[in-house]
Amino acid sequence: MSTSASSPSTDTGTTPVTEPVTGAVSSASESAHRESLPGAAENTGAAPGAKPYAAYLLGLADDAMVYAQRLGEWMTNAPQIEEDMALGNIALDLLGQARGLYPYIGSIDGTGRGEDDYAMQRDEREWHNVHLVEQERGDFADEMARLLWFSAYQVELHTSLTGSGDDVVAGVAGKALKEVRYHLDHASLWVVRLGDGTAESHRRMQAALERVLPHLAELFDDDEASVLAADLEVGVLPSTLHDAVVARVAHVVEQGTLTLPDGSRWRSRGGRAGIHSRPMGSLLAEMQHIARSHPGATW
Amino acid sequence: MYGNDVIDPNEPLNAAETAAYDAAAEHEDQRGGRDTVGGDFDALLAADQRIEPRDAMPDEYRETLIRQIAQHAHSEIIGMQPEGNWITRAPSLRRKAILIAKVQDEAGHGLYLYSAAETLGIDRQELLERLHDGKQKYSSIFNYPTLTWADCGAIGWLVDGAAIMNQVPLCRCSYGPYARAMIRVCKEESFHQRQGFEILWNLMRGTESQKAMAQDAADRWWWPALAMFGPPDTGDAAKGGHTEQSMAWGIKRFSNDDLRQKFVDMTVPQAQKLGLTLPDPDLRWNEERGHWDFGQIDWDEFWQVLRGDGPCNAERIEHRRRAHDEGAWVREAANAYATKQAAREREQQQKESAA
Amino acid sequence: MSGATTPTTGAGAPSEPAQGERSWPLWEVFVRGKRGLSHVHVGSLHAPDAELALRNARDVYTRRQEGVSIWVVKADDVTASSPSEKDSFFDPAGDKIYRHPTFYDVPEDVEYL
Repeated sequence: MSTSASSPSTDTGTTPVTEPVTGAVSSASESAHRESLPGAAENTGAAPGAKPYAAYLLGLADDAMVYAQRLGEWMTNAPQIEEDMALGNIALDLLGQARGLYPYIGSIDGTGRGEDDYAMQRDEREWHNVHLVEQERGDFADEMARLLWFSAYQVELHTSLTGSGDDVVAGVAGKALKEVRYHLDHASLWVVRLGDGTAESHRRMQAALERVLPHLAELFDDDEASVLAADLEVGVLPSTLHDAVVARVAHVVEQGTLTLPDGSRWRSRGGRAGIHSRPMGSLLAEMQHIARSHPGATW
Repeated sequence: MYGNDVIDPNEPLNAAETAAYDAAAEHEDQRGGRDTVGGDFDALLAADQRIEPRDAMPDEYRETLIRQIAQHAHSEIIGMQPEGNWITRAPSLRRKAILIAKVQDEAGHGLYLYSAAETLGIDRQELLERLHDGKQKYSSIFNYPTLTWADCGAIGWLVDGAAIMNQVPLCRCSYGPYARAMIRVCKEESFHQRQGFEILWNLMRGTESQKAMAQDAADRWWWPALAMFGPPDTGDAAKGGHTEQSMAWGIKRFSNDDLRQKFVDMTVPQAQKLGLTLPDPDLRWNEERGHWDFGQIDWDEFWQVLRGDGPCNAERIEHRRRAHDEGAWVREAANAYATKQAAREREQQQKESAA
Repeated sequence: MSGATTPTTGAGAPSEPAQGERSWPLWEVFVRGKRGLSHVHVGSLHAPDAELALRNARDVYTRRQEGVSIWVVKADDVTASSPSEKDSFFDPAGDKIYRHPTFYDVPEDVEYL
């Protein structure tokens, strides 16, 4: 039962592929779910409507959720008040994407969990986002470098997912696509302006492109969950997005008189399997502490 | 937009949804017609017509407006901070989304107001410098800390509620750009008060610790909210203040004391509905006056906070300055790029016209 | 009460900041509320250039679906009539009442006129 929340194979009994091991679900949070979700007991085991690609969707939802959390930190900290608003809008879009996916994931992973169960009650090892989005907020150039890569990735991802065999996924992607095109546009405008602005801004933007580099490979890793989702024609194989994403970013970088750095000496890995970098623990502590301090409370 | 699941949508929760607001908005709509009086300032005021940016106006009127609009704008911008620091901690995703949208609105309101001030011939950059240097003030309420999640509820319900009370009459202010900005602000503001009420409503229906959190927030925010209307300005206190002149200029439509009384009358029944006890032993219905009586506001505390010795004065300004200073290189870069780009476009045009 | 009166520098014309940083220029924003309506002035904002002005306008003035189209115009590029010219600009139209259909007496029983 303890793996039913995340393991697709438990439900179908036929698929050999399971999602990467995420570590045991903490018994405390497990029991909290059970208490707050009356229907959950019936949903464990061979849940009706269970689908094996929940783990794949959880990765996508967690990317959006964690990045929304980071972007929310910019409110009151942006270089201009107009930019507070712009980054707030992007955070709201990403938050909306996560909220669109979590309840659906809850309906297909056999747990019946709702959005706040996913966002507020999971421990670090149960999160499937890439390291890129969990990194601490840097300067504005760092954020634009991250947003450029992430939104370029999301544009390609959601373009592809609009053709998903799962109608819900296709629907979420169709809505998200409009949003992430705008995010990409916003990041592109800024990367060009910072790159082709002053000597200082050029230096900072170039440095930011270098700093973000180690965290990019993970976006294009074909982990087991995405291989399974792609096989089922619900998801897309991340590696197939790589060239188009790089082409988009390279175009912007060139316009900004910047240089796309060569490969990094090291690269982050493990996010999709629940292995995270140091900032993730603090991010979750901050995000979840009120909800977790009041078990069973509604807000 | 939010909160219809717990609140009767037909029940007006704040003044922005009452006839007073509709009347002010309608009044504004009718302004579109042709002016029937000349450009003279006094004649325009006497005819209850709007003053527009390029009209001649007394220097004191201009200065008063710049000061008031700027303080109002600063309050919106500084007011982003007490709630903004709860965005990362909001206890549910729905609350997180609402809070981001709300703090965003505050940024937007600041921008509407700065642009109204700019029509008086002053640059936003300069206004921000005055804020950062402590030469212009913002509402003292934002110098109080947000200690718990319930404070986000109390701010929405009490602080935004009081703000709306102040702002609705400004929709009829004599200065056109300010009045138009306020109409926009008031339209958006009603969601703020509702979401605050809803936060407290849910807490008061929750666990014991949630209820205690809500009561504690009401205890701490009630008096500062009443002080938001400013010092007494009726009776003996009316002499020597700004109120009389501002009323003559049509910048102010009601006295501080009238607005405060209206706010108390509106809010006490809401507190009862919530099940909160307002921290005032003297609060009681006065049948004769047809109003709620309330106790003495601690004006010493008000002046102390206004002078800069409040719990968060230094923190708020420091945060604002830091964000501004950290962004300087970004704003500079954008200027540099715009200059380069304009030069490139000129060059391109010259080439084309030469060809 | 009217005391000393001075004309302003113009609709939103920015003055030089006191020191240091050069401000982003001011842009006037016009929004078409829905198809079939004209663009209407809704306010202003600061942006370094037209592209960002348009995007800022989207975030500042159309968060609640207030628009289907946006114009941004540099405030410096707006040429406005002056209140001091108001009399000579607009009053001469006042006595040309023959421009209005109500000026004409026609028999009551004539249709479509």
